[in-house]
Amino acid sequence: MAQSKHEKIERNVFLLIVLTLMTVSVGGLVEIVPLFFQHSTMKAIDQKGNELQVKPYSPLRLAGRDIYIREGCSNCHSQMIRPFRAETERYGHYSVAGESIYDHPFLWGSKRTGPDLARVGGRYSDEWQRVHLINPRDVVPESNMPAFPWLDRPLNDDIQAKMRALNKVGQHKYSDEEIAAAPAELEGMTELDAVVAYLQGLGLALQNVR
Amino acid sequence: MADFISGFWNMYVMVLVVLSILFCVYVLASNMTKRTKGPAELHGHVWDETLAEYNNPLPRWWLYLFWGTIVFSVAYLVIYPGFGDRNQHRGQIAQYEAEMQTADEKYGPIFAKYRDMDLMAVAADPEANAMGQRLFLTYCAQCHGSAAQGAKGFPNLTDDEWQWGGEPEVVKTTIMEGRMGVMTPFGQALGAEGVKDVASYVRSLTGLAHDSLRAQRGAELFAQQCVACHGADGTGNPMMGAPNLTNKSWLYGSSEATIIETVTHGRTNQMPAFGDFLGEDKVHLLAAYVLSLPKK
Repeated sequence: MAQSKHEKIERNVFLLIVLTLMTVSVGGLVEIVPLFFQHSTMKAIDQKGNELQVKPYSPLRLAGRDIYIREGCSNCHSQMIRPFRAETERYGHYSVAGESIYDHPFLWGSKRTGPDLARVGGRYSDEWQRVHLINPRDVVPESNMPAFPWLDRPLNDDIQAKMRALNKVGQHKYSDEEIAAAPAELEGMTELDAVVAYLQGLGLALQNVR
Repeated sequence: MADFISGFWNMYVMVLVVLSILFCVYVLASNMTKRTKGPAELHGHVWDETLAEYNNPLPRWWLYLFWGTIVFSVAYLVIYPGFGDRNQHRGQIAQYEAEMQTADEKYGPIFAKYRDMDLMAVAADPEANAMGQRLFLTYCAQCHGSAAQGAKGFPNLTDDEWQWGGEPEVVKTTIMEGRMGVMTPFGQALGAEGVKDVASYVRSLTGLAHDSLRAQRGAELFAQQCVACHGADGTGNPMMGAPNLTNKSWLYGSSEATIIETVTHGRTNQMPAFGDFLGEDKVHLLAAYVLSLPKK
């Protein structure tokens, strides 16, 4: 008998590969590619198109962000407030894509053993953040967050290399002067200072918008 | 959908979606072959000497499941508008706003009822206190503790000591606007010995064990350096958040070492502002809850 249609594909590996790739790519082509051509994902604006005050990371906050990643904070803390009342009542305005334009990679996460941190900036005092990172039980006896006592040590960070690397992938281009001045900003700082600075800057763009 | 930088992307999404659905329809339709009468069809390939494979049609029930997915996808495109929603009725933000509006209609009157009541009257209302406690556990317990007992550096709200004053309106202002308490460092001005002397004097104010000679010298230093904020008698000044040193309430602890640390390096203590975040209605209930807590 004549070859059936599926037999043609089954007997031609190259055709099978091409057709499989085409089929699999449709989802990405429709769902992902257009995101790169949307205002709300490429600019610092909120859902209604209003401009947001999103600042590029200062060297100290950048160093803090990397410690946040190193310590695996995003394993327990998301940075993504979903548009549900139950979340916005507790954390504040829902997250919008434009707030993350300087995040490479973004740290939205999906695991919430601890609370969401997308808008933790300014919610607690610096002092609270310090005490809480060194030993969470000192302020929240019920807490099951691990203690991070070792953060209270001098910050040792090759910040200039990181800023140059971000210049290659990121939206913000650090100027040569900014890169040259960065080590001075980190002078005498501890890792704790950097993490607290990072946390205190999270989500400020829509901090008090309901 | 004006969010795209050009209209091309609307068309791009629609065309790809329609094409892929049509393609699935074509693949399914072309596989709806029926079993032919007579001997079963074979694929034609043989291996292991005699092993051959039937070219049977796909089972009907299984194919119908795929048709089901196509019906589902079309329905989904319509109900959750994949081709754009002119009236913005069903996007997640529209749904969220509808949810918030429903909640406002339901809870708004409850908040409104208490908003116009005097703080002490709200504090005496059990229903308001139940609401206040829920708010407290969500927004305040992280620093002040789940039973408002406080922690080192974070005031206990169940005693009669107030850093910034305990009058109802003052408590509300503290929550609304936050507070920034600063004790300047005196390590340089007093020197290590001077700090020890002052610490001894401060401990003597509440009758704690102290070196009386040092306390005597400390009293003189206190009169020079500390009175501006803590007052001549050490009773503090709630206007600037300077704590009363003559009662048994200690924010950071009463040990000599802690007092020396405080005097040497100073303290910075911030209560964040909650007015903009929570709104006055909730702060009103929170202030009333704090005022209702039994003070010991």
